[in-house]
Amino acid sequence: MRKVYNKILSIVGNVISVRAEGVSNEELAEVSTRRGTSLAKVIKIDNDLVSLQVFAGSRGISTDDEVRFLGSPMKVSFSDNMLGRIFNGSGEPRDNGPALNENLIEIAGPSVNPSKRIIPNRMIRTNIPMIDVFNSLVVSQKLPIFSVSGEPYNELLARIALQAEVDMIILGGIGLKFDEYMYFRDELEKGGALSRSIFFMHTASDPVVEGLMVPDLCLAVAEQFALKGKDVLVLLTDMTNFADAMKEIAITMEQVPSNRGYPGDLYTQLASRYEKAVDFEGAGSVTILAATTMPGDDVTHPVPDNTGYITEGQFYLRNGRIEPFGSLSRLKQQVNKDTRDDHRAIMDGMIQLYAQYLETEEKRSMGFRMSDWDKKLLKYGGLFEKEMMDLSVNISLEDSLNNGWDILSQCFNPDETGFRSGLIEKYWPGEKKTKVKKADQEISKEEKKEEKPLEKEETNKDEKTTNKTKSVVKKSKNKKEVSKSSKK
Amino acid sequence: MADKKIGHITAINGNMIEVAFKDSVIQNEVGYVLIGNERLKSEVIKITNNTAYLQVYEITKGLKVGDKVEFTGELLSVTLGPGILSQVYDGLQNPLPALAEAHGFFLPRGVVLDPIDEKKKWHFTPTAKVGDTLYRGSPLGWVPEGIFQHKIMVPFDLNGEYTLVSVVKEGDYDLTETMGVIKDPKGEEIKLTMSFEWPVKIPITAYNKKMVPSEPMVTKVRIVDTFFPVCKGGTYCIPGPFGAGKTVLQQLTSRYADVDIVILAACGERAGEVVETLREFPELSDPKTGRSLMERTIIICNTSSMPVAAREASVYTATTLGEYYRQMGLDVLILADSTSRWAQAMRELSGRLEEIPGEEAFPAYLESRIAEFYERAGYVELPDGSHGSMTIGGTVSPAGGNFEEPVTQATLKVVGAFHGLSRARSDARKFPAIDPIDSWTKYKGIIPAEKVREAHNILRRGDEVHQMMMVVGEEGTSVDDFIYYLKGEYLDTVYLQQNGFDAVDAVSDPERQEFIFNKIHTILYTDFHFEAKPDARQFFNELRQLTLDWNYIQMGADEFVAQEKKIDAHIQAKTKA
Ligand SMILES: Nc1ncnc2c1ncn2[C@@H]1O[C@H](COP(=O)(O)OP(=O)(O)OP(=O)(O)O)[C@@H](O)[C@H]1O
Ligand SMILES: [Mg+2]
Repeated sequence: MRKVYNKILSIVGNVISVRAEGVSNEELAEVSTRRGTSLAKVIKIDNDLVSLQVFAGSRGISTDDEVRFLGSPMKVSFSDNMLGRIFNGSGEPRDNGPALNENLIEIAGPSVNPSKRIIPNRMIRTNIPMIDVFNSLVVSQKLPIFSVSGEPYNELLARIALQAEVDMIILGGIGLKFDEYMYFRDELEKGGALSRSIFFMHTASDPVVEGLMVPDLCLAVAEQFALKGKDVLVLLTDMTNFADAMKEIAITMEQVPSNRGYPGDLYTQLASRYEKAVDFEGAGSVTILAATTMPGDDVTHPVPDNTGYITEGQFYLRNGRIEPFGSLSRLKQQVNKDTRDDHRAIMDGMIQLYAQYLETEEKRSMGFRMSDWDKKLLKYGGLFEKEMMDLSVNISLEDSLNNGWDILSQCFNPDETGFRSGLIEKYWPGEKKTKVKKADQEISKEEKKEEKPLEKEETNKDEKTTNKTKSVVKKSKNKKEVSKSSKK
Repeated sequence: MADKKIGHITAINGNMIEVAFKDSVIQNEVGYVLIGNERLKSEVIKITNNTAYLQVYEITKGLKVGDKVEFTGELLSVTLGPGILSQVYDGLQNPLPALAEAHGFFLPRGVVLDPIDEKKKWHFTPTAKVGDTLYRGSPLGWVPEGIFQHKIMVPFDLNGEYTLVSVVKEGDYDLTETMGVIKDPKGEEIKLTMSFEWPVKIPITAYNKKMVPSEPMVTKVRIVDTFFPVCKGGTYCIPGPFGAGKTVLQQLTSRYADVDIVILAACGERAGEVVETLREFPELSDPKTGRSLMERTIIICNTSSMPVAAREASVYTATTLGEYYRQMGLDVLILADSTSRWAQAMRELSGRLEEIPGEEAFPAYLESRIAEFYERAGYVELPDGSHGSMTIGGTVSPAGGNFEEPVTQATLKVVGAFHGLSRARSDARKFPAIDPIDSWTKYKGIIPAEKVREAHNILRRGDEVHQMMMVVGEEGTSVDDFIYYLKGEYLDTVYLQQNGFDAVDAVSDPERQEFIFNKIHTILYTDFHFEAKPDARQFFNELRQLTLDWNYIQMGADEFVAQEKKIDAHIQAKTKA
């Protein structure tokens, strides 16, 4: 029998302390109050003085309430019975189903031995051109969606979850609004994915600290399924809420903050979650997509900043679209060489033309006269935004690539696009192949280079337009600053 | 050590524990927390009254007040001896592949394996003779380790003069066998094996003297070797915001740098990045030796999800291994990614010790620790008159990409070269994204400094014109100024930028750099005559394309010469008569 203590010495923030013996670090306890019981976790021990973080928050706790130590750290059940179920941030049922107590596993377990990892090489198809074509998602990738609140990042997550060819989806909600939670549920149900999904839901109305365990719960379960050979997609929304909950505890514990009140170990804490993404040799995988809202649209805010240092790229969601600039999948080159021979060319070529369009658009808005070339670019930009960037577009990678050629051919002559003649011969739609001749000569050199290692053409072309890209980047930055200062 | 000193845990706070002890405790000695069958390695970091504060190199989940701690009396050490090359270690020199073999997918807690295989036989050739006078670091003989002669040396902590009493004959031996016996002036004999321990936080100094680094360490990255070179035994840092290309730049350097041994310290970064090296290096061959790149590489891997305290130790483990090989007269390069994670590990610990925090909560001793770390680099003269070097390059990951933060600033004070990566350049995909205007070096490179300065002037001038054009537009710029701008852009695109993924362009050896640089230098200082700006732009666009193509052709090939002729012809057409 575990001992029960009923003299709480201090209650500060969501941390309580009691005098107790034989307690182990990170052990779980139950705090019983008149309102019910809550789980609590040992976060510090000083001789017999034990500090616990109370997941349901300290509101309403009386100094003579009972604290019962459970003798082990946080565990979660792991079994197929979890599929289709919804749990709260403490791992208890949130639907009407029974509590699960079989096959308990520890959460936040040890990390994977790096020498047992393999280089990721499987693409996840999402049917979203801005992802599949321009920043391919890869099995075992960890990738955040950076956006300001109000952007449809949850819609995006739900859509990826439904369209991705994965075996299972685990959704972790941290501080999710109730209607967002219902939205996820309905979407997955409509998509017929509910039966292969597990929810760990902490909503905005639940105690803040209870959200702290959600990533660990999701990832521990995901890891087990992955070891059993499943490809698991974990969605975490919103990791900024997670970081804020950590900040709250840190401040309560009087830790010296490092940056805007966040604790010095924010990087380590976030990394130990994101690093659970893995492709196991000979088994399944864990892929993590996380929403990270940027307070004040500021990417240098500690949460997006530390996240960017951890993850393998990021998607910027702005004005309802995935920004082509700034968004990056650091693993895309592992997969986009084996899809279709025009994939990389379309990926680079279309973005470069879009960069030129943005520059033209800038000139247009300043009232400059538009040359013929400018007009072509304007037409192109419009089509690109409508048929590639718009999130409602829902087509396969191959269709997107074909569509890309279509757009190009509607706006340009082949030799204006800078594509290799070999690809133009193969993919340029309709009759417009007339002007290829001249381009041919320049391009025969490039063809030779083609045989050399990958990436080459990527960079080579980049260089042709770097000036332009750069100025675009600069300008858009200026714009941002302007809009920021005008807000003030 | 019959009866071990034992203490008991009195408090637990994250990875720091307080331990009550009776007799004596040594600052920085290693203790093991005993919990079931697990032995959790820890280090004493502070002592007050009868309480020792230890940082635990493992996760502290499940520890209790009252748990036993066994003190060892030894400082945190690594094992030195043949068999370290091509190993993959965690921050405490635990071999990761062996751990995987024994324990599968996950890193078990509290397991310690031999860092070097004790049973492996090495072919030993003695070089010292009985009766020789030996000092710390003097070789008894050597064994072949890959392509190197691995010297079997008198341990570095044996100060004073010794006489060689006996040494084994040439033959195959393992690490447990006695290779020789030496005696001190009092006649006391000491048996030597092929391996010994050394405390990681104490620099190895068994050399005559440190010398000013003067020999360039060629990285084959043009912007580095030509514009911001690093010398063997020197130090440099690569600060940059996330995604700016720090890791890729270090990966390229680890492949192509002209040194004997590369030690990669993956300190608190992504596991996936180490995996790339781990899986690819054994397949890649070192152009210099034709052997697998892995044979000259050691990986110290303490990635971000591995315990934080071991991350703190990992950079010291790396430098100690580096110093050991330096003692053999080899050129060693340490690449640490990222020193900011190491600094953060110190910050976490300092917070738990409730020390008075400095800026951004980093401890007050941050600067001195960073200085001490880089100070371990150096070009040294060894007792036998030969030279060895250890170069240290560290990445820095500044919060918000802002260089005005404690780690970057403290690092800039002590390093010899600064390769600052810029967000603007990486966004524009100008790689390597080293900012050519802000970066600097104190070292001399492979190209005469005067010529480099001249090229740099054009770059700066071009940049000024560019800034001006952003305000007044192209119309308001004179043709002459515009040419400066185009020349600067040209130098940037064809020389500073380099395609790290192209087999030819990625590897620009000194002869090639010198040749191409001279050609470009001449172009930069040629007076061109243009009627108007579009002519100039057209001309430079074509020139740029010709030169880029040139970059992709192997030097010495017929095409290389042909391409050069095309460039010359293009230039001549527009030179002012
Ligand atoms: N030399 C290069 N050539 C081509 N692409 C590059 C180069 N350097 C970086 N990149 C691109 O930038 C991405 C990020 O680079 P890298 O991982 O080196 O950044 P980092 O500075 O180490 O970031 P972090 O601080 O987050 O670790 C790469 O995945 C690659 O797409
Ligand atoms: Mg990196």
